[in-house]
Amino acid sequence: MTSLGEPNLTAIGFFIGFIALSLGITVWAARKTRTTDQFYAAGRSVTAFQNGLALAGDYMSAASFLGIAGLVAVSGFDGLIYSVGWLVGWPIVMFLIAEPLRNLGRYTFADVLATRLRATPIRIAASIGALAVITFYLIAQMVGAGNLIRLLFGLQYELAIVIVGVVMLAYVLFGGMIATTWVQIVKAVMLLGGATLMAVLVLSRFGMNPLALFAEAQARYGDSVLSPGRLVTDPIDAMSLGLALMLGTAGLPHILMRFYTVPDARTARTSVGYATAFIGFFYLLTFILGFGAMVIIGREAITAVDAGGNMAAPLLAEGIGGTPFLGFIAAVAFATILAVVAGLTLSGAATLSHDLWVNVVRGAHADEREQLVVARVATVVLAGLSILLGITFKGQNVAYMVGLAFAIAASANFPALVLSIFWRRLTTAGAQTSMLVGTVSTIVLIYLSPTIQIDVLKHADAWFPLRNPGIVTIPLSFATAIAVSLLRPAPAEARRFVELERQLHLGVD
Amino acid sequence: MPTHSTLEAVSAARWRIALTLTIAMMVAYFGFILLVAFNKPLLGTAIAPGLSLGILLGALVIVVAWVLTWIYIRWANAHYDTSVDGLR
Repeated sequence: MTSLGEPNLTAIGFFIGFIALSLGITVWAARKTRTTDQFYAAGRSVTAFQNGLALAGDYMSAASFLGIAGLVAVSGFDGLIYSVGWLVGWPIVMFLIAEPLRNLGRYTFADVLATRLRATPIRIAASIGALAVITFYLIAQMVGAGNLIRLLFGLQYELAIVIVGVVMLAYVLFGGMIATTWVQIVKAVMLLGGATLMAVLVLSRFGMNPLALFAEAQARYGDSVLSPGRLVTDPIDAMSLGLALMLGTAGLPHILMRFYTVPDARTARTSVGYATAFIGFFYLLTFILGFGAMVIIGREAITAVDAGGNMAAPLLAEGIGGTPFLGFIAAVAFATILAVVAGLTLSGAATLSHDLWVNVVRGAHADEREQLVVARVATVVLAGLSILLGITFKGQNVAYMVGLAFAIAASANFPALVLSIFWRRLTTAGAQTSMLVGTVSTIVLIYLSPTIQIDVLKHADAWFPLRNPGIVTIPLSFATAIAVSLLRPAPAEARRFVELERQLHLGVD
Repeated sequence: MPTHSTLEAVSAARWRIALTLTIAMMVAYFGFILLVAFNKPLLGTAIAPGLSLGILLGALVIVVAWVLTWIYIRWANAHYDTSVDGLR
């Protein structure tokens, strides 16, 4: 029997401890948050190791912790396909994006595009892509938070949503990027520490040998748990999902924003190295946790609590460490959601205030005080919006929205960003249409796909055959940018590429 | 003021390395996905008790990601940073 869902003293204790610590950090950070550089970019004083942890914290959401461990527990090998897919975007971020971004921009990825393209149209188009990614990601996180907290603590859904919204508002509003970064670091350490401890406890029952654990799973549930099953039936769909995961990572606004918090390009590079190490280690642990839950708790017991298997990790914690360990893991999961939502909100606020208000509405003529006021108003609006969205989508299947966010990031943000860095002849019109086509085509094709038509709307069939549109929308977005740029060349913009190239390698100093 | 050709040389070397490593990562990952899609029995082959080829290759893709990022950091710290400093 499990005590999951009942008020758990250790969970509440750890949870209150985390809230107290994170609000303490916020009070400390608030005193250091006086300028826009501090609010958006933590004064550019974050070290490589700290930023590596913060990047990992931003990226390792509750979905990857609970979802992938659950998927492995229920489907075995098939779940591992996701573990691997979530990591492979990080090397791409390092090779193509991190250093140019740091040298070319100030607060948002649209800064990079605005370096040599016309600022107003390009920032509007980039904001649409960024806000679409942030909104879908926020919905998935908020609905996940409500369900998770109800399952873990027995709290009412709406109350859970409001708590998450208000606490994360406090971090971002008062502590800006400094508080958000440190909350992210604390959370990443808790998550990596908790997952490592759990994996060690699991392996201690199998002579510290992962193969003995896998062999036990195989003996219990058959050879199929160690080989590919039903998850990948359509190779094109599998490639499509893989492309979106890989290139989408390099187009997530809240991840890209972190490269502005470090002092220089070299630190940005090193920080991705740390992030890749932490995230890869974490996904290797999900192998152990998933198979551990399968063997120690049993598939039937896991799916009895939650059909999708999402409670595999908490159940495993209870099975090997009793109620106190369950409490700790539950608090870690809650902290994870809070931190990710805070990161998303801050990047959304930067888009609304820095890109749209300061640079489009005010034509880059806004003083420091006005910029901070607008950034904080945007933060409050986004926090209210995320509470509202969380409550609106209650009880709905929103699992596809994380995939949708990655697909938009890969189709709208990534192509324009890469071409503006690499391709001399990219024009404002080319980048602009590419971002709009990327955003709209992804949303339309997801709507027409089996994901929405069959799973959500319960129709018999779908107009578009693929569940993941990336393999169509990513090339489409690249092709649009190239075609429009070649049809109407902009020689002045091409000439500014020389200056961009210099700044890309040498920085602004 | 650096001469234009030197900046171009540094830039070309940097992108040559970056693109090579990007392609290597894509080959490793999409190779894995294509094997999962087209040759399921092969990946189900047991190569040790409790270890299938699929699990080994999955873990190896993560290791490849680590190794490639490490190669890039080593190269950039040793060569790229020096050439960029030379341009200042």
